[in-house]
Amino acid sequence: MEPHGDKARVQSEPFDAAAELERIKAASTRIGGVVLFVGVVRDFSQGHGVTKILFEHFPGMAESKLAELRETAIGRFGLIDLIVVHRVGELMPGDDIVLIAAAAEHRAAAFDGCSWCIDELKKAVPIWKKEHAPDGALWLEAHP
Amino acid sequence: MKITVRYFALLRERMGLDSEVLSWDDAEPTVERLRRHLADRVPALAVFLRSGPILVAVNRQYAAADTLLSDGDEVALFPPVTGG
Repeated sequence: MEPHGDKARVQSEPFDAAAELERIKAASTRIGGVVLFVGVVRDFSQGHGVTKILFEHFPGMAESKLAELRETAIGRFGLIDLIVVHRVGELMPGDDIVLIAAAAEHRAAAFDGCSWCIDELKKAVPIWKKEHAPDGALWLEAHP
Repeated sequence: MKITVRYFALLRERMGLDSEVLSWDDAEPTVERLRRHLADRVPALAVFLRSGPILVAVNRQYAAADTLLSDGDEVALFPPVTGG
């Protein structure tokens, strides 16, 4: 398996958050806390209903930026391990979009690392969403 | 020289294709000059390429406007990212 293996990946199929949590805990017995963030498709956005969202990515670059993020977060926050998974394709309200699990000896680093990672992901990883509403579809503009 | 240009998201839709191989020669072949060349050539993209907040990746690394391009480079053009 490559260095980052499947701990920084893009996939169309759903992920299993409970399984990812168990997997990161298995990384080390020094882990004292894991912060798990899961981003979910909402059925309402910027004043209108959402019927589905299409996620497009730049294959190759999106994965390498996720791996870079993972490495930077581990170094910067002294994490023991980090898993980041982003889904692409057509997602419906209630579907999971993104998962970040940050494991550290203590909770502060896990919270900070997880929060930093999702913020940076939104700025740097080449993935775009097109929201479909009852009255049409729209590529979203960048916003926090 | 030959440059592979790739388009994503809104740019891909406006362009009607996701990539093309471009023959392009310029005394100073920078990302910025390629952007201007494409804006002159493709009316559908002109407004984005001239003044839009477009991101550029050369060989899958984000690149600044003054980055020099070489034969065989892959240049990807896309809107600000909106994942997460």
